[in-house]
Amino acid sequence: MTADIAAILAIDGIATGAVYALVAIGTVLIFTVTRVIFIPFGDIAAFTALTLAALDARQLPGTVGLVVVLACMACLMEVVSLARAGELRAVPKAVLFYLVLPLIVVGTVWLTMRFTPPMPVRIVLALLLILPISPLLDRIVFRPIADASVLLLLTVSVALHFALVGLGLLFFGPEGVRTEPLTSMAMEIAGVHVSGQTVLILAAALVFSGLLFLFFDFTLIGKALRATALNRTGARLMGIRPARAGTIAYLLGSLMAGVSGILIAPVNTIFYDSGFLLGLKAFVGAIVGGMTSYPGAALGAFGVGLLESFASFQSSTLKDVIVFSLLIPVLLWRSLASQHSEEEVEE
Amino acid sequence: MTPQQIRLIIAAAIACLVTAPFVLNPFSITLLNYIGIYSLAAIGLALLTGVGGIVSFGQAAFVGVAAYATAWVTALNGYSPWLGLVLAVILTCSIAAILGFVTLRLGGHFLSLSTVAWGLAIAFLFGNIDGLGQHNGISGIPPISIGPVALVESRQIYFLIWAIVVAVLLVCYNLLDSRIGRAMRAMRGGNTLVESLGISAFRIKLVTFVIAAFFGALSGWLYAHLGRFVSPGPFEAIMGIEYLMMAMVGGAGSILGGVVGAAIVTLLKNSVQDYLPLIAKGASGQLEIVAFSALFILFLQRARQGIVPFLAGFLPDVKLSRPQPASPLPRREQPAPGTLLLKVSGAQRRFGGLVAVNNVSFEVKSGEILGLIGPNGAGKTTMFNLLTGALRANSGEIAFAGRSITHDQQFHIARSGISRTFQHVKLRPRMTLLDNVLLGTYSRTRTGLLAGALRLNQAEEASARYEALQQLERVGLGDKPFELAGNLPLGNQRVLEIARALAADPTLLVLDEPAAGLRRQEKLKLAELLRSLRADHLTILLVEHDMEFVMSLVDRIVVLDFGSKLCEGEPAAIRNDARVQEAYLGGVA
Repeated sequence: MTADIAAILAIDGIATGAVYALVAIGTVLIFTVTRVIFIPFGDIAAFTALTLAALDARQLPGTVGLVVVLACMACLMEVVSLARAGELRAVPKAVLFYLVLPLIVVGTVWLTMRFTPPMPVRIVLALLLILPISPLLDRIVFRPIADASVLLLLTVSVALHFALVGLGLLFFGPEGVRTEPLTSMAMEIAGVHVSGQTVLILAAALVFSGLLFLFFDFTLIGKALRATALNRTGARLMGIRPARAGTIAYLLGSLMAGVSGILIAPVNTIFYDSGFLLGLKAFVGAIVGGMTSYPGAALGAFGVGLLESFASFQSSTLKDVIVFSLLIPVLLWRSLASQHSEEEVEE
Repeated sequence: MTPQQIRLIIAAAIACLVTAPFVLNPFSITLLNYIGIYSLAAIGLALLTGVGGIVSFGQAAFVGVAAYATAWVTALNGYSPWLGLVLAVILTCSIAAILGFVTLRLGGHFLSLSTVAWGLAIAFLFGNIDGLGQHNGISGIPPISIGPVALVESRQIYFLIWAIVVAVLLVCYNLLDSRIGRAMRAMRGGNTLVESLGISAFRIKLVTFVIAAFFGALSGWLYAHLGRFVSPGPFEAIMGIEYLMMAMVGGAGSILGGVVGAAIVTLLKNSVQDYLPLIAKGASGQLEIVAFSALFILFLQRARQGIVPFLAGFLPDVKLSRPQPASPLPRREQPAPGTLLLKVSGAQRRFGGLVAVNNVSFEVKSGEILGLIGPNGAGKTTMFNLLTGALRANSGEIAFAGRSITHDQQFHIARSGISRTFQHVKLRPRMTLLDNVLLGTYSRTRTGLLAGALRLNQAEEASARYEALQQLERVGLGDKPFELAGNLPLGNQRVLEIARALAADPTLLVLDEPAAGLRRQEKLKLAELLRSLRADHLTILLVEHDMEFVMSLVDRIVVLDFGSKLCEGEPAAIRNDARVQEAYLGGVA
C-alpha cells in the first residue's frame, strides 16, 4: 500500500465515517432518552435515500403509503387508549398529532409532485416524509412497553427492523437507487483528489452535531431531554413527560438518519435492505462511546469508517466480517471500562 | 398430579410420536422433521435465554457452523456423516467456548449486542469462503446411515430426529434438577447472589452457553443431512431472531417451551405461506416477514410469559415428596471457640474522592456475635462488601482463618467459609424454598455436569436435599418446602436467606441488616434463632441499625462513623460511650 492509496482510503473512510457518525449520534440520542436500542435506524436512512430517488424520478415515493399506514395505526392506538382512560377531551389533539400532521406532510408532497421542484426542495420533502416514521413506530411499538427491560426493548427493536425491511421491499421494490450528486465540485488537497461530496458530508456531519450540541445546552426542551435521559422518574416529577421527550428524540434522531441517507445516496447504491449494515456499523461506533457519549459515538463511527475503508482494500468480501468481529473487543473494553451497576432483573 | 401420572403422560406423548409417521402423510412428516430440528436449537436457546437470562441472537450461526462442518466432511471430503457429527459438535462447541470466554463477562444488553455482532460475522463468512461454495452453498450431502440402513426418506430420519429431541429434553430436565442446573436457574437475576454462594457465575454462564451451542450443533447436523444441501440463507440474522421467537413464544424458562414454540412458529409460518398469497398476490415473501415480526412484537408486548408456563398454570400442582433422611454431607472443621477468625487491618475503600471506609481494623473471634453499627453513611455496607469480596479494598488487609482474602474473588471467599445474607433480600422468587436452600449446598457438593445430566450421583443429591430440608426446619420454615420463595412475607424471606447461608456450612455468617423491615414479633424470633446458632458455635457478624436488637443480642460491638472506626467494646460500654451518643444523636449536652 503506497502513501497515495492510504490517503485516498483515509479520505474515503472519513467520509463514510461521517455518515455513520450522524446515525451513531441519533442512536445514542434515542437510547439515552428512551432506553431503546433503535436497530431500525439504518432503515430510516435507507428509506430517505429511496424516497429522494423516487422524488427525483417524479414518482410518488413508497414512504407515502408507509406513513399513511403507520399514522392510521398510531392514531387508532392512541384514541383507544385515551378512550379507555376516559380522557376523551384529549382525543382531538391526538388525532391532530398522530393523523392530521403526518397526512399534511403526505398531502404537501403529493401536491408538489405536480410541479418539478428543484433539488433542495426535493431533499426537504424527502426529510419531511421520513420524520414521522420513527415517532409513529415509537407510539405503536415501544410506548406500550416503555418500562420493560433494555433487553426486551432490544429484542423488540430487532424484530421491528425485520418488519421494516419487509415493508421496505413492499413499498420501494427490490431495485437499488443512486441519486444525483449534490455537487460536482472537486478539489486537490495536498495532491489528493477530494470530491465536493466528501466535503459536503463532513460539513453536514459537523453542522448537525453542532446544532444538536446547541440544542441540548441552550434550549429548555434540550435540557428536558437530557434530564429524561439521566433519570426518567426524576424528570417526570419535574413535569417532563418521558413520552413527549421520546417523541422529540425520535424526531431529532430521524433527522440525523435522514440527512445521512441523503448524503450517502449519491455515493453508494441503496437498496431497501441497505439500512441494516449502515445502522449496525453506526451502532458499533455508538458502542465505542458507551451508548451514552456523543463525541465518543462520533469518534467511534469515524473509526469504523476508516477501518472499513482499509479492510475493503485488503479483502472486499470480508470487510463486514472484520468490522463486526471488531465489535467484540470493543464491547469487552467498554464493559471493563465502565463499572456499570448490575441490572438485577427479577421475573 | 403425582409422579406416576406425569410418567403416564410422557409415555402417551412418546407413543403418539412413534405412531405419527405411520398415520400422517409425507408432507406432515417432513413438517414434523423440521419442527424437531428447530426444537433442538430452540431448546438450547430456552436454556440460555429463559433459564440463564442471556438473550442471544446468534443461535442460527451455531446451527450453521455445524451444518457447514458436516457438509464439508461428508459432501466435500467423502467421510461418514457420523464423523461429520463429531467434527460439527467439536467445532461448534469450541467456537462457542471461545466466543463465550471473550464475551460472557459483558453485562446485560452489551452481551446480547455482541451476539448480534458475531452472529452476523459468522453468517457473512459462510457466503464468502471459497472452500464452502460461497453463496451457492454445498449440495450432494449424503444421508445419515445407521448400519446398512440409509435414512433417505423423511419417514426414516423422523425417528432419529425425534429420538434426539426426546433425549435432549430428558437430559435438560435432569440437568436443571441437579447441582449445576440449579446454579444455572439462579443466574437469572444477577451475579451477586450466585457468587456469594461460592458459584463462579462466569463458569456457569460459559457452561450454559456451550450447552446451548451443542444443541444448536445437533440441530445443524440433522438439518444438513435432512435437506442434503446447505447454503448461507438459513443461518442469517433473521433466523437467529426466529429461534429466539420460538424459545420465547413457547415460554423461555421452560425447556418444553422450545419444542412447543418451534411447532407453533413452524406451523404458523407454513400457514402464512399458504394464506398470504390469497390476500396480496405477488407480495407474499416480504409480507411474510412483516406479518411474522409484527406477531412477535405483539407477543412480546402482550404475553411475554409464553405458552407452556401459561398452560401449566391450569394443571394441578405436581405433588413432590419430602426429602427422606440420607447420609449427611461432609462438614467443615470448625475452629475452636475464642480463636481469631477474621482480622481486618487498615482497610480502606475510596469511591472517587469519597473515602467510604478509612483505615478500619477489627477482629472477630470464633463463636461470638459481633455487631457492626453506625449512623447512615458510616460505611457499614461498604465494609461488608469488602469482607465478602463484592468490593475490593484500595489498601489494607483482610485475613480469614489465617489466610489473606484481600484479593480473592467473591466465590472463593464464599467457598472458604463465609456465608452472607443481603440487606435487600436476594432470593430466586420462582424457585421453591427447598431449591433456594439447595443453592447453598453448592460449595459442599461435587456432582458435575455429566453426572447431573445423566442422574449418576443420586446419593449426593439425596444428602443435599435432606440437608436443605434440615436447615429449613432449623429456621422454622420446614412445613412447606415446595412453596415458591416469592410467596413468603418479607420476614420469612430473610429467614430463608439465613437457611440458605447455613446450608453452606459456614464458619462465619455475615448478616446485612437482618432485622430491617421486620415486625417486633419477627425480630424476637430472629434474635432467638441467632442465639441458637451461637449456641451451635457458629460465628456471626451482623450489620444492623436496630439498637434494641443489637444490644440484646451481640457479644461485642464495633462502631463506625464517617468511614472510620469510632470505638469497640461490649454493648453496655458502647451504650454509655459519649462519642457514640454524639454520633447518633448529634451531641449530648
